[in-house]
Amino acid sequence: MTSPSPASPIPASEAIRFEHVSVRFGGVQALDDVSFSVGRGEVHCLAGENGSGKSTLIKVVAGVYQAAPGARTDYFGESVTSLTPKLARARGVAVIWQDLALFPEMSVAENIAFDGLVGAPRLVNYRAIRATARTALAKLGVTLDLAARLRSLPISGRQLVAIARALAADAKLIFMDEPTASLTQAETDHLLAVVRTLSASGVAVVFVSHRLAEVLEVSSRVTVLRDGRLVGVFNAADMTQSRLTELMTGRRFDQAVTARDVGEKPIVVQTAGLTRRGEYEGVDLTVRAGEIVGLIGLIGAGRTELAHTLFGMARADAGVIRLSGSPVAFASNREAIRAGVAYVSEDRLALGLVQPQSIADNTVITILKAITGAGGLISEARKSAAVTKGINEFAIKIGRPDDAVSTLSGGNQQRVVLAKWLATSPRLLILDCPTVGVDVGARDGIYRIVRGLADRGIAILMISDEVSEVYFHSDRVLHMAGGRIVAEFDPRRIAIADLERAVYA
Amino acid sequence: MRDYLRTHEGEARILIVLAVLIAFLAFASPSFFTAGNFASLMNNNAVNVIWAVGLLVVLIAGGIDISFAVAASVTQYLTALVLLAIGGGDWILGLLFAGAFGIAIGCVNAVLIAGFRITSIIVTIATFNALFGLLMFMTSGRSIYDLPDWWTDRIAAASLGEGASLMLPVAAMAAAMAATWFLITRTTTGRQIYAFGDNPEGARRAGVATVKIQFIAYGWMGLMAGVGGLMQVNLAQEVVPNALIGRELDVLAAIVLGGARLGGGRGSVFGCFLGVMLVAVVQNGLNLLGVSPYAFKMVIGLTILGAISLSNVDLGALLAGGSRRRGHASSH
Amino acid sequence: MQALTERMGRALGRDVPGLVGLFVVILVVFGLTTPHFLSAANFGSIAFQLPDLGLLTLAMLAPIMSNGINLAIIATANLSGLTLAWILNMNGGPQAGVFAFVVGVVAALAVGGASGAAMGATIAYFGAHPILASLAMMIFLRGLGEFLTRGGDISGFPDFLREIGHGSILGIPAPMVVFIVAAVVWHVLLARTRHGFSVAMIGSNPRASEYSGLAVKRSLTLVYALSGVMCALAGIIMLTRFNSVRVGHGDALLLVTVLACFLGGVDPFGGFGRVAPVFVSLLILQTLSSGLNLLGASQHLSTAVWGLFLIAVMVARSSTLRTLAAGFRRSETGQASR
Repeated sequence: MTSPSPASPIPASEAIRFEHVSVRFGGVQALDDVSFSVGRGEVHCLAGENGSGKSTLIKVVAGVYQAAPGARTDYFGESVTSLTPKLARARGVAVIWQDLALFPEMSVAENIAFDGLVGAPRLVNYRAIRATARTALAKLGVTLDLAARLRSLPISGRQLVAIARALAADAKLIFMDEPTASLTQAETDHLLAVVRTLSASGVAVVFVSHRLAEVLEVSSRVTVLRDGRLVGVFNAADMTQSRLTELMTGRRFDQAVTARDVGEKPIVVQTAGLTRRGEYEGVDLTVRAGEIVGLIGLIGAGRTELAHTLFGMARADAGVIRLSGSPVAFASNREAIRAGVAYVSEDRLALGLVQPQSIADNTVITILKAITGAGGLISEARKSAAVTKGINEFAIKIGRPDDAVSTLSGGNQQRVVLAKWLATSPRLLILDCPTVGVDVGARDGIYRIVRGLADRGIAILMISDEVSEVYFHSDRVLHMAGGRIVAEFDPRRIAIADLERAVYA
Repeated sequence: MRDYLRTHEGEARILIVLAVLIAFLAFASPSFFTAGNFASLMNNNAVNVIWAVGLLVVLIAGGIDISFAVAASVTQYLTALVLLAIGGGDWILGLLFAGAFGIAIGCVNAVLIAGFRITSIIVTIATFNALFGLLMFMTSGRSIYDLPDWWTDRIAAASLGEGASLMLPVAAMAAAMAATWFLITRTTTGRQIYAFGDNPEGARRAGVATVKIQFIAYGWMGLMAGVGGLMQVNLAQEVVPNALIGRELDVLAAIVLGGARLGGGRGSVFGCFLGVMLVAVVQNGLNLLGVSPYAFKMVIGLTILGAISLSNVDLGALLAGGSRRRGHASSH
Repeated sequence: MQALTERMGRALGRDVPGLVGLFVVILVVFGLTTPHFLSAANFGSIAFQLPDLGLLTLAMLAPIMSNGINLAIIATANLSGLTLAWILNMNGGPQAGVFAFVVGVVAALAVGGASGAAMGATIAYFGAHPILASLAMMIFLRGLGEFLTRGGDISGFPDFLREIGHGSILGIPAPMVVFIVAAVVWHVLLARTRHGFSVAMIGSNPRASEYSGLAVKRSLTLVYALSGVMCALAGIIMLTRFNSVRVGHGDALLLVTVLACFLGGVDPFGGFGRVAPVFVSLLILQTLSSGLNLLGASQHLSTAVWGLFLIAVMVARSSTLRTLAAGFRRSETGQASR
């Protein structure tokens, strides 16, 4: 393992200093002698895989969990023990969870000033609410329509509201949980600008994430956790995503380019001038049998919309799609599936799987006709054969096939998704951010499966917003931006840094 | 005006429909736009509005209450028994008892919903059956006609001239609307009710006392059920144990027409009033136009079906030529 | 043995053993305390009364599984009954032949199916909330019935209908036979067919179902259409049992059917539900009712007991109680709670 580079000395005035923090749940040691400090006005990254203890650490800072005796817990130079969420808030700690915890039907102003509405019953002073909201937004340097309902704002706007809400509650230390997960590049840039403003005015910000490449540039230090222990505190300046991954997982990943020449294999899908107004324009792409084509683009580049069109869920305004040579115009995704197109959605929770239902049912949902036997009844024998085949083929670790699919880890859930689509024997498999929410350590397994599918002759279009994903795991890389395919790269002929520059430029 | 349309789309829609309907009826029937007709419309629907604003609070809190009409019957009966036992009582005692019995029933629902975390529709269907069965069993279905005079005397709250008057229930309706409006828009408790219905987990994290909020919502519904029941006796001059059963679904339909959302977080007192009135004006109009009374329900059902089909069409998007990005891009 | 019980549990639903236990307890308690309870006459009367409620409950079950509800079941049953009555009357009333009856039955089923399909389409294609859409349909259908009958009832049917309503096949009342057949068909439909599979999936998450290639809108429309057909069957059986049709007949059963579904463990948020436990919960409800009846209590007391019974069962199943029990167990084993 690489030796941690010594971090710069801790700023004289600190927002928080936590030392020897241990938390135990039953038999599980969630945090083991962890230290964590953030300077006033510092922008800090807290990195770790799912289960590394980073959420537990935030909850200790926020007063939700208590650290075991022997811990030092200082807030703004004062030692505080037996903390509650209310006390932590009063000390200026605010946590913005990924789901933002806002109220979509209420106005922007009320969302920002909501914490002032809690407590002993009293009358509502709407003028004061608007003033509070206006002040908080002014600190961020943004203007929003205060009367608008929150649900009318895009995710990025809602995130600003959540930050403003923290400022309205006089936060001096703001934790942001996976803040860039659903932002476009422009929105992320705007968020980072806002964070700089906050930092300049003395408000500390902690980004909590496992995907930090984008926020490293505004951060000064990175704290890495693994298995409930502190790996180290590092300077952000000499940190890269791949090194971070290594620190988070404790493993070196064999990050070799896997691109190959597929030669003159038959073309499975080909589009010409494919256009859907406002979403993508003039898209020409080709994927051959056995080829993995990476489609890199940030959110808002039109990549998911393009995938929806290939999958028959959105019609193109112009252009043609040819599947194995013949033009197709799908009226629904059912037609696309019948024609051999499969689509793994980026949103596994809401769209990829029917979470409350069983692993077995989720595996066969795409092949109901095939498992239907005599008299139009589903054949239990055929169904369990299909389920067993999928589970074995993709080495899915399950308890029983009747368990709810939601009981599985992210990686195993994604394997179920792949199994259900493979059951349809597709010729084109579209993967939309296939490793979102999958632990770094479990991603390799997914990549190996995808490569194996390509080897069987399936054409694969892998959409991603992570450069390393497409760089190391596809045969060709298409770069999509502003609804157009702007460049094509061969991973064997370009350095990853150059590709990163091209994409994030 | 534009702001109003934007922030109160549900209300604005129904207001337009109601205005068009009223304009048409005023033109088509000479007796529609008269003080007498207006008074009878208000008098006949006051109790429904009282119940509607109570149910509105429950809907905003993300719940549903099927049991309120039966709860109203139970409070009527209990109040009548208690008042007769103590020698008659008066309006103050009547309100006190009816309100207290109503709140008590609401709290029973709240204990099961908030305390035991059972879905509100299951709880209130169960209490509906339990209360109605017990009421009919205990009373053997007997009505009470011998009521104190103060309760059954007609009291005009305001005269509209031409011998038309708004009666006491209309005043009670106005009070119930004002009180509910005050609760849900002017108090922090009311805003917490909206927040809880909108995002229960977010409200809990922000420190909203979620159990208390549900007790307030179902308690308010109970209070309105009791007050509405009291006023209904003033109109009907009798207490009939099974007279109110079935009204719960009509009131529910009217509120949702008025822009409240099943699922919580949305709805207003004015929208509620408009929803009840729309159904009332349709029925009134059919009557004045000489349509057979047997056709009323059919037309009302069709009206609601049409309204809900339309209300799910995004007018703004239609006018703007359809905004696509919203179509499938964002979801949560 | 364990494998067998597990298979039974999977096929019929996990709630069945508990509910059967409850049913047995009720039988024993009434059997010991109530004279004539364990008599052929009593079971005969249970078997005659159960089918109306039972068929309507089946009609309610499928929409609830799709995360919807059908509040128009009684109105649909009434209107379908009216359709049959009208066709019988057109063909001579008491003199109507078997052919007219068959035509009438087909027409009644068609009317029920069409009403359901219209409602389902409103829900599936316009995105209307099922409570509201079915409520509006209920008001409309009842209004249509009132309009057609002028609020009165239609009677005067051929004698052979009495054989259906009151006759027996191998000692089992004919309506009960119809109900059992319908329940078996419904079980197979929901548990073993592609349609049933789709309904459960859509009930849990319609969008994920659509992304997986299920025909969500078509399936939703079909759920309500089939629910309407089942209502029509209930309407026909009610016609033969009471020898008359009237709008509003059976209104009191509307919420009882929802109650029976929830008692039978159907998930109020959709996605999960089985016919077998609902069947047992119907037996429980009807047995409670007839036992109380033998004790001299009215139907109203039964209604009250039904409601209280549902509350008791839901409280017993509730997570609060489970959390309390779990906390108790944890503190016994000495583990800290999370």
